[in-house]
Amino acid sequence: MENIHDFYTKMEEGNIMLSFKGEVTSDLLTSILQIMESKMDTLEEPPVVKKKVYNILVECLQNLYHHLESDDLTTPINEKSALFMIKKQNDEYSIMTGNYMVKDNVEPMKKRLDTINAMDSLQLKTYYKEVLNNGEMSSKGGGGLGMIDIARKSGKKLEYRFDNVDDKLTFFSLNVKVAQNKNKEEKEEKVK
Amino acid sequence: MEILILEGTPKTPTIEFKPGEGYLLLRGRSIPENSIEFYKPLIEGLDAYNSNPQSKTTVDIQLEYFNTSSSKCVLDVLKKLEAINGNSEVIINWYYEEDDEDMLEAGEDYQAIINVPFKMIEVEE
Repeated sequence: MENIHDFYTKMEEGNIMLSFKGEVTSDLLTSILQIMESKMDTLEEPPVVKKKVYNILVECLQNLYHHLESDDLTTPINEKSALFMIKKQNDEYSIMTGNYMVKDNVEPMKKRLDTINAMDSLQLKTYYKEVLNNGEMSSKGGGGLGMIDIARKSGKKLEYRFDNVDDKLTFFSLNVKVAQNKNKEEKEEKVK
Repeated sequence: MEILILEGTPKTPTIEFKPGEGYLLLRGRSIPENSIEFYKPLIEGLDAYNSNPQSKTTVDIQLEYFNTSSSKCVLDVLKKLEAINGNSEVIINWYYEEDDEDMLEAGEDYQAIINVPFKMIEVEE
């Protein structure tokens, strides 16, 4: 028998509040959001933190949902499943996702993330408005705003990596940290 | 003109569109996976309204959360209101909860795009 205690210890040490591996469906998304909302209520998180974490959760989960949905139907089921974890350590939330990606999509994704990571909060705001107003809306309504919004709400750089799987697939990992107190002074400084 | 009333769900907002009263309310959460489909009846309703609007149109937007896919649709709704503003005096009230900087900022972002003045209204949590 597998050592379940090992799994437990790993999750405990990693301060994992919730994790899920499998296919991301609309109903699952609703459930995860409800669970996280009640967990944050129990922890009596300040409304500002709750809203930020909730918003980022929605975008991350819907990214996974749309990504898996848009994948071609011939993709084997195990490649369609994704990993999703929420961690809370020292008052900092981390939202981690992992999913398979066809190799052709790696470069555009990397370029997008690097562009976003090179921007400060004011540049992100301008970029967001630009894409919101001029960007093409995909049939799913995404339109490339998701990552920009995640970065804006997170207040931190997006951490990511790509792990080679085979000649066709790469595994994409994203770690979004939620700054507990967005540095207001720094923000006001830039406005001046 | 037809009244459009949609009850809110965990993923979609309450919508009350009463053309006869020149009133539109959007309240709650807007995080559906397919927002275009959800907002379609409202967009169409606003188009129809523009052919014969009331002299005054009041809009209350009281969103708690919205996802990026809804943010495009909200912009579409606001653009319809911008068009209506030529034929009717449009008043947009943008509500945000105390300390919810992100929602205030979202309102400001729209205001920068839409040529109709917004009234920012802070409400207690």
